[in-house]
Amino acid sequence: MPRTRATCCDGFSRSEAMRAALAGSGRPDPRDWDPRMPLPAGTGVDRRRFLLGAAGGMLSVYGAGRLGLGGRALSEGIAEAATLQGSNSPILVSIFLAGGIDALSVLAPTADPTYIKLRPTLAVAPGSGTPFREDPSLSWGPAAAAFAQLHDAGKMTVFPGIGYTDPDMSHFTSRHYWEVGASDTRLMTGWLGRYLDIVGSPTNPLQGLSMDSEMNPTLATARNPVAAIDRPETFSLWLEDVWGDIFSETLDSASSLGDAQRHSGDAAIAQVAQAASEVGIVRRALAPFRTADGDAAYTSPVAYPKAAGTDFPQRLAGLAAMIAAGLPLHCVALTPETQFDTHSAEAATFNTGLPVIAEAIATFQADLEARGLADRVLVHVWSEFGRRALENGSKGTDHGAAGVSMLIGTRATGTMVGEWPSLTDLDVNGNQRENVDFRGVYCSLLEQWFGQDAAAIIPDANRYARYQLIN
Amino acid sequence: MPSLPSSPTETFPGRFTEQHATRLLWRAGFGPKPGDAKRLAALGLDGAVASLTRPSGAAQLIGAKPHSAPGQPLDPVDVWGDDHCWWLDRMVRSTHQLVERMTLIWHSWFATSIDGATQGLMLKQNQMMRAHWLGNFHDLLVDVTRDPAMLLWLSGNANTKYSPNENYGREVMELFTLGAQRGYSQRDVHNQARALTGWTNTWNQGSGPSNFRFDPELHDDGVKVIFGHRGRFTYLDTARLCVQHPLHPSFMIPKLWGYFIAEPIPGPTLRALERAYRAGGFEARPLVEAILRHPLFYEGARMVIPPVVYCAGLLRAQRRTVQTNSWAWIGELTGQRLFEPPNVAGWDYTHWLDTSRWSGRFTAVNYALEETAIDPESKHYPERENAPQAVARALAFWDNPTISEATHRSLLSFSRSAQRLIKADWEQVPYRVMRQNALRALIPTTPDWQTC
Repeated sequence: MPRTRATCCDGFSRSEAMRAALAGSGRPDPRDWDPRMPLPAGTGVDRRRFLLGAAGGMLSVYGAGRLGLGGRALSEGIAEAATLQGSNSPILVSIFLAGGIDALSVLAPTADPTYIKLRPTLAVAPGSGTPFREDPSLSWGPAAAAFAQLHDAGKMTVFPGIGYTDPDMSHFTSRHYWEVGASDTRLMTGWLGRYLDIVGSPTNPLQGLSMDSEMNPTLATARNPVAAIDRPETFSLWLEDVWGDIFSETLDSASSLGDAQRHSGDAAIAQVAQAASEVGIVRRALAPFRTADGDAAYTSPVAYPKAAGTDFPQRLAGLAAMIAAGLPLHCVALTPETQFDTHSAEAATFNTGLPVIAEAIATFQADLEARGLADRVLVHVWSEFGRRALENGSKGTDHGAAGVSMLIGTRATGTMVGEWPSLTDLDVNGNQRENVDFRGVYCSLLEQWFGQDAAAIIPDANRYARYQLIN
Repeated sequence: MPSLPSSPTETFPGRFTEQHATRLLWRAGFGPKPGDAKRLAALGLDGAVASLTRPSGAAQLIGAKPHSAPGQPLDPVDVWGDDHCWWLDRMVRSTHQLVERMTLIWHSWFATSIDGATQGLMLKQNQMMRAHWLGNFHDLLVDVTRDPAMLLWLSGNANTKYSPNENYGREVMELFTLGAQRGYSQRDVHNQARALTGWTNTWNQGSGPSNFRFDPELHDDGVKVIFGHRGRFTYLDTARLCVQHPLHPSFMIPKLWGYFIAEPIPGPTLRALERAYRAGGFEARPLVEAILRHPLFYEGARMVIPPVVYCAGLLRAQRRTVQTNSWAWIGELTGQRLFEPPNVAGWDYTHWLDTSRWSGRFTAVNYALEETAIDPESKHYPERENAPQAVARALAFWDNPTISEATHRSLLSFSRSAQRLIKADWEQVPYRVMRQNALRALIPTTPDWQTC
């Protein structure tokens, strides 16, 4: 792992200075701030920006202030976005289960003789999982126990047969379709990226946040900036034998060089410059989430699971803390480390990989509820396809068509949408057929969760059925 | 110096300068060492390209041997990360730069990962690909198809006549030879899987997978239909049929071109190279020699330098070598951990940077400069150095790379701001030292340096 250093980036030391100044101002709780009062000395918060914060989303900026986010530590674009967005704006969290998760091992017709015949070694044994609340002939696989609890509590909507017509069995093509929200191999913006291009800001990269250390294509925009991090506390920089003001100046210089060249006519120059420019914005915004030792400077009201080889639960913990702090997040994308391309030894992948993912998502939900944020956040879980109904003889399954997807949140309708896809009426390749089109789900989410006209985002939006997804 | 046969397509007509040589060194190697660009420019275009594509003798590794930590040699088979460092060291030190660069291209093309294979098998695959570097694509494909790491990675060892596994059968067409939805159907995928049956291996509790072999008992020797051809096909036919497919050259050549040149390949160039590729029996060398001499290679838009090339280049520019296995996790941070591509499609060479990857590169610069950073307590630094002198010194440290006017102004502006921070007398030297360290770090983070 990267080593950490006591010397830290400028945003952090600035926010430390601000916190110290606040403590000395006789106003221990920044929520008591009144926009008409003079500003605490030494915080670097200029009046215009502060009023901007006070005029709009009080809670966002106040919450941010409590974490030391403000003034120079909170750059103007972020502050403005936090203000404009307000404290009640909806957030969508997109979680991609890579590789094509086997829907028949997530939710299984355990007593169906056809299922047992198709899955001689992989079938979920009757009684081993949790019965599905809405249909007793189905059972959640034992690895999906945490999903069962969310569904029982009415906080999870399940699509057991989601897909699209003329399914493509390539991981990359099918995943691309899901990412861009159309069966179009040439479309280069993500469906959430196009949404952010319409409603987002040209100065707030946090509006589309990938938490996979690299940009998630679902969030790819044509115009507005988006950012990639791992966890908020891991986003930091240092330099050997450069510290203090000179180090701050160094980072600012790199970012402002990026600002100056991000619109270069040369695409490669622009790519580098844009990243440098956005690093500056994100660095300042995330500095308060990190201690001088590089640990998380936030706590979670609930305990997240820990497991070897994954920090997915910890990424969700960081996400909840960022939302609670009022950072202007809008669409967030995460990919757990486990790959579900189970051509062989499928049971091992499910037993070790899925429980921690499902428990982390359930914990994230509990975290949001404990912080009073649950009504603002909806989690969308998806995979590029399901798998072949007949198992393949390597105790695994090959690429299929229809698969499973979920929505989690207090405002999700919490029921099954579509039908259980038949195992006797398979397509010509032996795959289950879809009965809900993912593009219809995207249109419904855009309209019901974001209040946005889907036709401006999803090609041929009027061709797809809508589903009641939000209460 | 070997001469080159004439190119089947147009070649760069202008004078071959140091600037052109620098681009060639970054795109067909791992960046220049001090003086390299000048030496290469003196050879002229054909001479420079030939020195890369037809190097004489065996590769030599120049400079200090690699270490994972002081006094600790690398253990690439058994220690996590030392595999990455072992190859990075060859990229840094080998005199045959294009051999390593082509091996990197084949690694991304036939992307295999330690997530599905062992480090030892990945290293063997790496040697196999290195041996094929500019050789025959068909022969490379045959060796990839029966390569133990690939057999593990794409389930070739689990593909038997009793239960065909389509994993490799699909990817060999979609990703390796034809392209998605180009000239094959699901029926071809299934029949390729049948043709590929028969490979197996032994598992050993202690040593893992071994004894990879073709077992005729496990092979489906029935008649298959692939691309409309009928026969009792085997894995050898899979490779032959894919390479002979009429749509293979129009997939292979633009893909290869894309590793070297940002612009799409022009139609006439593609057609000329397709003819040469077919007529020559699927040899890679004539293609690469044509691409490296093409006008668009020198006149076209810049490309972002791939992360591992960036890291190797930082060390080469200082004549330094790999002295810490931190380079492995830096590979992860920058988005290119060797032997662990993101998936079977390899790395996306069109989009290397985002906020996270840029920060990773900043970390790479920091580690590259670890040994050369000047101690701020040093007594031997000019205490009157002014802002332009500091910038000039830092640029000279990097052998005076070409940077734009705008970038130069930005460095100068930083240099002045840093000087303004000097308040107390005791700060005169330490602040100037830190400014110099900072400038040396800033130069390779500029868009000028990160692209070529």
